[in-house]
Amino acid sequence: MAESRKAAIEVSGLNLWYGDFQALEDVNLSIKHGQVTALIGPSGCGKSTLLRAINRINERLGYVRTTGSIEVHGQDVLAEEVELTQLRKEVGMVFQRPNPLPLSVRDNVLYAYRLHRGGRSSRREEDEVVEGALTQVLLWDQIRERLDHPAIDLSLEEQQKLCIARLLPVKPSVLLMDEPCSALDPEATEAVEDLIWQLRGEYSILIVTHNMAQARRASDESVFMLMGKVVEHALTGQMFVTPKNKETADYIEGRYG
Amino acid sequence: MSSFRATELDRRNQRRERWVRGLFLVMTLMLILPVLIILGTLAWRGHSVISLDFLLSFPTNGMTEGGIFPALVGTLWLVGVALVVSVPMGVAAAIYLSEYAPENLLTRSINLAIINLAGVPSIVHALFGVGAFVLFFNFGTSILAAGLTLAVMTLPVVIVSTRESLQAVPQAFREASWSLGATRWQTIRRIVLPNSVSGILTGVILEVSRTVGETAPIMFTGAAFFLPFLPLGVGDQTMALSLHLFTVSTQVPNVPEALPFGVALTLISLVLILNAVSIAFRMYLRGKKKW
Repeated sequence: MAESRKAAIEVSGLNLWYGDFQALEDVNLSIKHGQVTALIGPSGCGKSTLLRAINRINERLGYVRTTGSIEVHGQDVLAEEVELTQLRKEVGMVFQRPNPLPLSVRDNVLYAYRLHRGGRSSRREEDEVVEGALTQVLLWDQIRERLDHPAIDLSLEEQQKLCIARLLPVKPSVLLMDEPCSALDPEATEAVEDLIWQLRGEYSILIVTHNMAQARRASDESVFMLMGKVVEHALTGQMFVTPKNKETADYIEGRYG
Repeated sequence: MSSFRATELDRRNQRRERWVRGLFLVMTLMLILPVLIILGTLAWRGHSVISLDFLLSFPTNGMTEGGIFPALVGTLWLVGVALVVSVPMGVAAAIYLSEYAPENLLTRSINLAIINLAGVPSIVHALFGVGAFVLFFNFGTSILAAGLTLAVMTLPVVIVSTRESLQAVPQAFREASWSLGATRWQTIRRIVLPNSVSGILTGVILEVSRTVGETAPIMFTGAAFFLPFLPLGVGDQTMALSLHLFTVSTQVPNVPEALPFGVALTLISLVLILNAVSIAFRMYLRGKKKW
């Protein structure tokens, strides 16, 4: 147990192909529990692919093939007997563009909760869930009067926070975030970053970002990837001050993107 | 070269531009013309026979007098049976094709089959109906056989339009739902279908309009020229508006001139009313959309 508390996600010898193209090559990675880990690297380096392999959302493409293993809390998620709905309950995902479902704010928050609960829940129970989740993402006071509005009417920042809030009622332990701020303006970015930082501890967060400043500000550890491989994995402070690899240094300093 | 004035070439191009534009406009306006002429003629020459009594009484005196009640009722029966069969089947097939089917040879063959089915002439459907439903399944000439024939004929319309409206639902919604642990069906049921009903309804409208007017497919499978009673169930034969129109226009001597126009006017009004109701319902559903 002590071991699994340290590593939330353990990736070993992971190879991934899209058809004939190898997108990930022998990836080994240990993501610590309760921390924010940033995945950085130039476009096409495989960081989103890695993220999407963890909750297996990339599989619906149909031509994806993987070898190796990805363990979440010691369980191999690539194993035959894994039930995707259970995996996705444990591992929540936030997308690049806020993608609230075409439902009311309230129904968005309750969507996963209702799916996993089975049977009906009372209004009071649901009210508590909604308030709890929205409070956790610092949205409750702001939108408590608008719970019945279509979620799409919210501002982008609110939408993205809502997309985080709807993961929480099913009590995931890992949150995957695929450039969660890239569609937001600087102020909203800061607000969402603050939120991510607050959720740290209770959740293990893996965040893909193109924004170096963001990785630097809002992560404990950083992983630099290049051409489908992990080049460097270090404490964020360390990586940004004294990167070990030349490629890492060049990328961080913006010599290529 | 001075001050951006039009040259001779510019003027020639502009003349041609105006001419082409005018031509296309005239072509477009000519589309409306047949509709207006048809509706106008029917209303003008047929309105005198339309009355509540006309709609609610039986034809009399060798169908040269009286009303069209059994034909009206029969058409509703036929459309009803066709809808009950083709909508669930068509929507289910469309959901499978749009939401489940992998892109492979089988799917492509099915799509091709649907397109071809849509192109089969209605008289061929009629003969198929006779062979399959009347004789093979031994339903006899009945509302059931005729309704099923109509259903087969309109199935492609329902499938194609339903599939298109399902695919109009953004993929991002499905992805969001799946990533929250929803199964395909939960996603379809909670997200995809509620956001595509208005489009699916459009397909149903099209089907209804087409079904109401079809004559050939029901002629040999279940519709009769004249019956002195109303159908009591799907095993009975029935009269139908479209066939009745054909009968009074061409098969019966000494029909007063206004009568066929009255029948045609009723038929087309039925289609228009059904369409109007569906469109109103569709607009109501659209207003409720959350995106």
